[in-house]
Amino acid sequence: MSTLAISGLNVVFSTEDGPLHALKDVTFDVPERRIVGIVGESGCGKSTLINAILGLLADNGTISGGEVLFEGRDDLTQFTPRQMRDLRGPRISTVFQDPMGALNPVLSVGRQMINIQYRSDQSKEQKAARAIEMLKLVRIPDADSALERYPHQFSGGMKQRIAIAMALMMEPALLIADEPTTALDATLEVTTIELLKDLQEKIGCSVMFISHHLGVIAELCDDVVVMYAGEVVERGPVREVFQHPSHPYTRRLLECDPARQTERTRILPTIPGEIPDLRARPRGCVFAARCLDRHEGCDTPQPDIVVAPGHAARCNLAGQTAREGAGA
Amino acid sequence: MSEDPILKVEKVEVSFPVGRGLNRSAILGVAGVSFEVRRGETFALVGESGSGKTTLARAVNGLQKISTGAITFEGGRIDGLRKSAMKPIRRRMSMMFQDPVGSLSPRMTVGDLVTEPYRIHGADGRNLREEAARLLTLVGLPADFATRYPHQLSGGQARRVGVARAIALDPALVIADEPTAGLDVSVQGEVLNLLNDLRERLGLAMVIITHNLHVVHHVADRTAVMYLGRFVETGETGTMFAAPRHPYTAALLSANPEPDPDRIHDRITLPAEVPSLLSRPSGCEFHTRCPWVQETCRTVAPPPGDVACHFPLAPGAKPPAKEATA
Repeated sequence: MSTLAISGLNVVFSTEDGPLHALKDVTFDVPERRIVGIVGESGCGKSTLINAILGLLADNGTISGGEVLFEGRDDLTQFTPRQMRDLRGPRISTVFQDPMGALNPVLSVGRQMINIQYRSDQSKEQKAARAIEMLKLVRIPDADSALERYPHQFSGGMKQRIAIAMALMMEPALLIADEPTTALDATLEVTTIELLKDLQEKIGCSVMFISHHLGVIAELCDDVVVMYAGEVVERGPVREVFQHPSHPYTRRLLECDPARQTERTRILPTIPGEIPDLRARPRGCVFAARCLDRHEGCDTPQPDIVVAPGHAARCNLAGQTAREGAGA
Repeated sequence: MSEDPILKVEKVEVSFPVGRGLNRSAILGVAGVSFEVRRGETFALVGESGSGKTTLARAVNGLQKISTGAITFEGGRIDGLRKSAMKPIRRRMSMMFQDPVGSLSPRMTVGDLVTEPYRIHGADGRNLREEAARLLTLVGLPADFATRYPHQLSGGQARRVGVARAIALDPALVIADEPTAGLDVSVQGEVLNLLNDLRERLGLAMVIITHNLHVVHHVADRTAVMYLGRFVETGETGTMFAAPRHPYTAALLSANPEPDPDRIHDRITLPAEVPSLLSRPSGCEFHTRCPWVQETCRTVAPPPGDVACHFPLAPGAKPPAKEATA
C-alpha cells in the first residue's frame, strides 16, 4: 500500500487572463517507508502540488480532476477543510526551507513543542519529556536546557533540526519536506540529510522531499519524480532515473548540474528557452519548444512510456533513446 | 601582479553591539579579514550562512561601518567616507543583492529599473530609452521587456535585470551576493555564463558570494573560505579544490553532495555544532569541530597567512583513524 497515491491530478487557477493549468495529469506514488524526491525548476508546480495535497490551495485555485489517495482509503480532494485540518500535523506534517517560518520567535522552544501536542491528553510533564526526547533524536546538545531557549539562540542548522523534530513529534505517516536544506552550507546539508534518513527509518514514515539540488536527491531519495511545467515528465527509482534518464528534460537537467562537470569550465551548459505559458499549454509535449530531439510525433499528447519496472517517461521516444543516453 | 589591486581590504573588523545595560557587549561579524581583488579577476567568498560573507560585502560597499581596518578601492581609502563622498565610488563599484525579485521595485517597469542608476547618478544627456534597450540586450533580454513589470519575469529574467542595473554605470568592480541562490541548475548556468561574459567583455573584476561550491569551482579565479568571520583559507581556486589545506575547506569539499546515487562518499564528518559568535572558542576557532585537532590548537591562535592552521593538511589527508569511518 502506498502512503500517498496521486493519480491524474489537475489543478487550475483562474486568473485575469483566463484559466492557468498549473498541474496537468500528475500521477505518482509515495510508497510506504520510502523517500520520494520531487525535482524541477521553479514554476514547475512543486509548491502547487504540496498545497493541493495539504488542501491549502489559494482561493482562485481548484482541483479540477484526479485523486489524492492517502493511506489507501481517503481521497484528500474530497475532504472538508475541517477534516484536512485534523490531518495536517498528526498525519501529514511539513518542514519548509526557512525554519524561522515554522518557529515563533517570541516563545521558547519548549513552549512551542509542548503546545503542538495539544491533541494529546498527556500531562504537561509527559509532553515536555517527549519534547526532550525528540530534541535528543535530532541531536540538539543539552536537550533539557534547550527547552528554555528561544529560536534566535540556535544556529540555522539547529533551527532546521528543531523544525524537523517538531514535524516528526506526532509520528506522522507522511512528511513533506520543501527544500529543507537549501539555506544550509554543504557540511550542515549533509548532516541534515543523514539525520532525516535516520529519523525516517526510526519512525517509519514516508517522505516527500522537494528540492532542486540533484546531489541531495541522489543521496537521500529512493525514488524521484521529475516535474516540468506542471507535468510529471519522468519518475522512477533514483538510480534508474539518474543513470538512464529517459526524458530529454531529465537528461538536460542532469547535464546542466555544475557538479557533473568535473573539469573546470568557464561556460556552463544551459537549457535555452523558457517554460511555456501555462495559460496556453501546447497540445503536444510540454518540453517540445526547448527539446533538441523534437519531431512531428511531439505535436500530439504524449504517452507515459514505461522503460523499466517502476520507471516511466512522458516522451514518445522514451523506449528508444533511454539506454543510449545512459553513460554519456 | 605588477598592477595595483583594484580592491584592497586590510584587517577589517565589523562589530555589532548586543545586549543591554550590564549585559552589553559586542560580537565580531567580521573578525580581521584581509584580501585583494585584481582587475579582471573573479574572487569568491565561501562559507556557511552566518559566517560573515554578506557583512563583509556590505562593509566593502560602505553599507556597513567597519570598526577597524582599511579598505582601499582604485588607490583611494573608502572606509569611513561620508554618504556624499561614497556616491561617486558606487558608480565604480556596484552591488547585486540577494533575492532578485525582492530587490526590484514592483511598481517600476523593467526599463525604469535598469535606468534608475542614471537617474540617481546623473544621466549625462543619455537617452534613457536607448540606454534601457542597450542594457537589456547586453544581458540577453529582448529590448521590449522594458515595458514589463517585475512580477511578469521569471527568476532568471529578474536576475538578468539585476545584472543590467549593476553594470549600468560601467563599474570596475561588481559584488554579487548569492547570484544563483534559488535558481534552478539550468538558469544558474545562464546567469553565471552571463556574468563571466560581461567580465571578459567589460573587463570587470567580480566578488561572488555563495555557499555553492560547484559554482565557485567553475567561475572563481581565487577563493576565500570564511568561518566565524575570518578567512581560514585563501588561494587559487583550482589548487584549493584539488588539495585543500585547511581542515574546514577539506570538510566542505568532501561534504558536497553529487548527483550520482552510486558515488561512494569518503566524507570528513564534522560535529554539527557551530560555535556562537558570543563565545568564540579559544586558540584556533575551528578546534571544536576539527577532526585533526591537537593540543596546541585549543590554546594558541593559528599564525596569519593563506591557511589559518597550525597543521595544514597534506594532499588527500584522511582524518585520524578513530573518526575516519564515522
